[in-house]
Amino acid sequence: MATRNIHMIVIGGSSGALDALAALLPALPPGYPLPLAVVLHLPPTQPSHLVEVLRTKASLPTREPDDKEPIVPSTVYVAPPNYHLLVERGRSFSLSVDRPVLFSRPSIDVLFESAADAFGPHLAGVLLSGANEDGARGLGRIAEAGGLTIVESPATAAVPIMPAAALQRVAIDHAVPAAAIGTLLARLAAPTRSGEAT
Amino acid sequence: MTTSPDPELSALLDAVYHRYHYDFRGYAEASLRRRIGAALTHLRCPSLAELRERVLAEPRGFSELLRFLTVQVSDLFRDPSYYRSLRERVVPYLRTYPSLKVWVAGCATGEEAYSLAIVFAEEGLLDRTLIYATDIHPESLRAAEAGVYDLERFARFSDSYRQAGGRGSLSDFYTAQYSSAILDRRLKQAILFSDHSLATDVAFAEVELVSCRNVLIYFDRPLQDRAIGILRDSVRRKGFLGLGAKETLRFSAHAEAFTELVPEDRIYQRR
Ligand SMILES: C[S@@+](CC[C@H](N)C(=O)[O-])C[C@H]1O[C@@H](n2cnc3c(N)ncnc32)[C@H](O)[C@@H]1O
Repeated sequence: MATRNIHMIVIGGSSGALDALAALLPALPPGYPLPLAVVLHLPPTQPSHLVEVLRTKASLPTREPDDKEPIVPSTVYVAPPNYHLLVERGRSFSLSVDRPVLFSRPSIDVLFESAADAFGPHLAGVLLSGANEDGARGLGRIAEAGGLTIVESPATAAVPIMPAAALQRVAIDHAVPAAAIGTLLARLAAPTRSGEAT
Repeated sequence: MTTSPDPELSALLDAVYHRYHYDFRGYAEASLRRRIGAALTHLRCPSLAELRERVLAEPRGFSELLRFLTVQVSDLFRDPSYYRSLRERVVPYLRTYPSLKVWVAGCATGEEAYSLAIVFAEEGLLDRTLIYATDIHPESLRAAEAGVYDLERFARFSDSYRQAGGRGSLSDFYTAQYSSAILDRRLKQAILFSDHSLATDVAFAEVELVSCRNVLIYFDRPLQDRAIGILRDSVRRKGFLGLGAKETLRFSAHAEAFTELVPEDRIYQRR
């Protein structure tokens, strides 16, 4: 794994994934350089709610990106409710209101597939607890492009359906508990020296 | 990382442009690719090259493709706080004008234009207002003009209407017939639907308010600049521009032409 040169991390999940995220985000220190983009399926609520919850867990700046916002290091980006979040090849985000995919908007597959196209082997994809099969296809695309694939171990996930579906379809690099995912991600990149979280 | 656009995709978009004068060449690539992928599956086309041939051979093939290239998704009072802010922050200015023009750019099936018409009606402004609503998708424009929607959707629309500060009941503005809701004639009479492309046409008219929501997200940065330039040229000085909840002028070359009036609802005022 030390040989991998990862530039971005994408994370998806649904039921149970908020707890998993809360367990893994604290492993990433202030100044952790990689950008992370997160899609969680939640009932559509107040726009900033999820961001506020995640802010209390992450030592990195956390926000919903605007359309065409350039992807910068050391930032957690959260898909806004009711939009798909996509990564463009020029390393910026796009949003779309295209119809839901597998009943979901935002869709994990949409984020993962576009990020795989943009970052190829320099992407890590993480699929957490969840009650449907969104994300399995996207992780497949990340694997095909030579990226790193990680799922929360179905044995420890609150709801195992989502990671199990991915394990069935894709040769996954790591299937481990949420806290161990945090350690794995932390090792993908050393924190920058100048980096101080704001 | 590859930044070079896929040559087969470019060839398809070039062909569509030269043959049908619809310009999708500056659309944001990630979601365009997904929709074209869906078109390949749905139209049972094995490759982009074959899709291009089919589209060139028959206009019907093109109108089928057009349905995939554009995204016809809309709601009455989508993002209620936007309409509430228009009502509370913009309408007081608009009241001072003896007559009003509004432009809804990228109106899809009409919901945004009708939502504005309802706000204007409740604020007593509709009689002096003309709303232009434009799109590039002919089928959507026809549906918009008809103003008939699934009644099923109206429970949700009524909630949004109330959150948007609606003064009465949404049912004041439509008649239910079987499973349809038919919008009121007085709303329709205030709206002129027509064809206009932010990618290929020029400024539309001089108006007091432009509402262009969830259209710019489908454009890449250079095309966004072109489109925002058109919107700017169409808003009179001290007039207003409203964008979608996640759209911003922040990355645009034209940001300087506007001030932020209601930043959280992406409502701008022309300098
Ligand atoms: C997602 S809909 C937005 C509907 C509505 N404004 C709303 O926010 O609910 C996007 C619309 O933009 C239209 N559109 C796409 N390209 C356009 C262009 N070049 N000029 C004008 N409209 C365009 C599409 O046909 C579609 O109706």
